Amino acid sequence: MVELSSPHENIQLTTSRLGIAEYWDHFLARWAINRNKHLVEPGLYALGDPVANSPVFVTANYTLSFDALRSALGGVDGYILALDTKGVNVWCAAGKGTFGTDELVHRIEASQLKHIVDHRELILPQLGAPGVVAHEVRKRSGFKVVYGPVRSTDLPKYLQAGEVSPEMRRVKFTLWDRITLIPVELVFVLIPLLVLGLLLRSLGAVSAILAGVVLFPILLPWLPTNNFSTKGYILGGIVALPFALNAYLANPDLVIWQRIGWTLAYVLTLPPITAYLALNFTGSSTFTSRTGVRTEIFRYAPSMAWMFGIGIILMIPLFLTKVWGG
Amino acid sequence: MFDAYAENTLEFFPDLCTGCGLCVDVCPHGVFAQNGREVELVRHKACMECGACQLNCPFGAIIVESGVGCAYAMIRSAITRQPEPSCGC
Repeated sequence: MVELSSPHENIQLTTSRLGIAEYWDHFLARWAINRNKHLVEPGLYALGDPVANSPVFVTANYTLSFDALRSALGGVDGYILALDTKGVNVWCAAGKGTFGTDELVHRIEASQLKHIVDHRELILPQLGAPGVVAHEVRKRSGFKVVYGPVRSTDLPKYLQAGEVSPEMRRVKFTLWDRITLIPVELVFVLIPLLVLGLLLRSLGAVSAILAGVVLFPILLPWLPTNNFSTKGYILGGIVALPFALNAYLANPDLVIWQRIGWTLAYVLTLPPITAYLALNFTGSSTFTSRTGVRTEIFRYAPSMAWMFGIGIILMIPLFLTKVWGG
Repeated sequence: MFDAYAENTLEFFPDLCTGCGLCVDVCPHGVFAQNGREVELVRHKACMECGACQLNCPFGAIIVESGVGCAYAMIRSAITRQPEPSCGC
């Protein structure tokens, strides 16, 4: 009989300490550089000096997820089971199903976890639940799924208390959470920003875009109304105001219809730009439902298109008269 | 008028519920609450339709049309006529 390789040979070692290399990797991930390449090898890791009754923590193989988990577990001896989510974070991967029942059951078997620990319990991040059927995992693998807190930073408190408080169960969207999303939002609009800023020299359009991707995430909870689109319209309207006023007041040499025309052009084109970017921020937020977002799209996207379209058409004769010297 | 999030597809059937509380554990917005041996639907409007509760309810006491509330993914799927992705990122 051929002797199977010891299950312990498949375990990789890791620590709770992060170094410069990790922080640099996190920085690049935040700027969407090599977006799908911030990953660790899926499989079982030993953190500290685990023994047979040490806890097993499950996470995604995205470096930000994996590192958040291990750095929160300083002084804890345990195992980390990294699922193959293709370098996507736990919550998004659960939505896609890659952080899911099948992959979890497969990793439990592939890592021979049954021969490494003597208990049958796994601690999963709560936000993995949209992809995992706990009772099915138990049926198929023998392991009981326990949903830990939303944030890995609450794990020490959870391990000490033995239960997750209602406050640890709530997902938040703090100012800092929203600020960390700004770089990725900026990268997404980089090309239009460069074209409008450097080629067309349109300060108004650049301001409307920056309002949508920088100011909007910061101001989100304080902008009035509940919908992202209306919040965006309000912010975009405030941004458009100085440009519209300036178009009217600072061009006394133009005839009155041109001054009114430019004012209208700013009022019509800028707010829908900010509103559209605001609407797109729903995907980055932690609380919008699909039903609600669909309602928003049907209710507000047509007005955004109409306003912007009419504004652009209005600009054509204004540009032509400008070029021909009125 | 200004609240597109007033309604969602979450449905709870207390008759099928055994009060195990797993939905209370998995919900990131405190939509369900444990009240003794029973579970109550306390913050219906806060539901973001992630689907975790339905998936983890062993008794089929919860139904929700889960999906990702991301306008970018929805608009892109409408324009390209592709089926709506569960997540666009």
